[in-house]
Amino acid sequence: MADAIVSVPASARPGEVVEIRALVRHPMETGFRHTQTGERIPRNIITQFECSYLGAEVFRATLHPSITANPMLVFALRATFSGRIEFRWSGDNGFSVTESATISVA
Amino acid sequence: MLGLPALATPEEMQAAMARITGGANVRRGRVKLQLPPLVENGNSVEFSVIVDSPMTETDYVKAIHVFTEKNPQPYVINAYLGPRAGRARITTRTRLADSQTVHAVAELSDGSFWSDSVSVVVTLSACIGNLV
Repeated sequence: MADAIVSVPASARPGEVVEIRALVRHPMETGFRHTQTGERIPRNIITQFECSYLGAEVFRATLHPSITANPMLVFALRATFSGRIEFRWSGDNGFSVTESATISVA
Repeated sequence: MLGLPALATPEEMQAAMARITGGANVRRGRVKLQLPPLVENGNSVEFSVIVDSPMTETDYVKAIHVFTEKNPQPYVINAYLGPRAGRARITTRTRLADSQTVHAVAELSDGSFWSDSVSVVVTLSACIGNLV
């Protein structure tokens, strides 16, 4: 599995609302678990996700330890012009992954 | 000595909710939290939040927040959207440490807050505090 997988329709009509799916590989270790020898396993989660389209933010989320490993986010976007959709995940221990996709609007 | 983490209590969840809303009145309605009422595996529970909103420049959903009563801490996600989203709907997956009520709160562009909640029975709890 790649670090990130995004699903964006290749094309849309102007004004059409399309569904975006974004998935990233990450353990989302809660920080509440312990090893058998009693040591707490340090928290290691993604804390922030951002999606921008044509350079403007469309969707942003703060994630917490409750979110499952390999977090999936599904949200919507109103297609206006052809262009790039950019995705960014960031979190504990300097975690940072970016991905992008293009949508053709006509 | 080992111990399970203290689970968030409904009171802590109410406090977390109040921090988000700034103590504003939260009304029921306009929000639909879609979550299965019976969950076999609390390690991964998919849910959606749908808000009744035209998502125009002047009338849109600013944010959707999801809270749990009995996970080790009450927050699940804070999602921020706006008119460019076109539709006020999000889907993701949460862990559920116990049978409990999950709450979704939406903040609208006019400053009002709306909510929905679902009681979930969890057969196998998420291994949030277990040994590994």
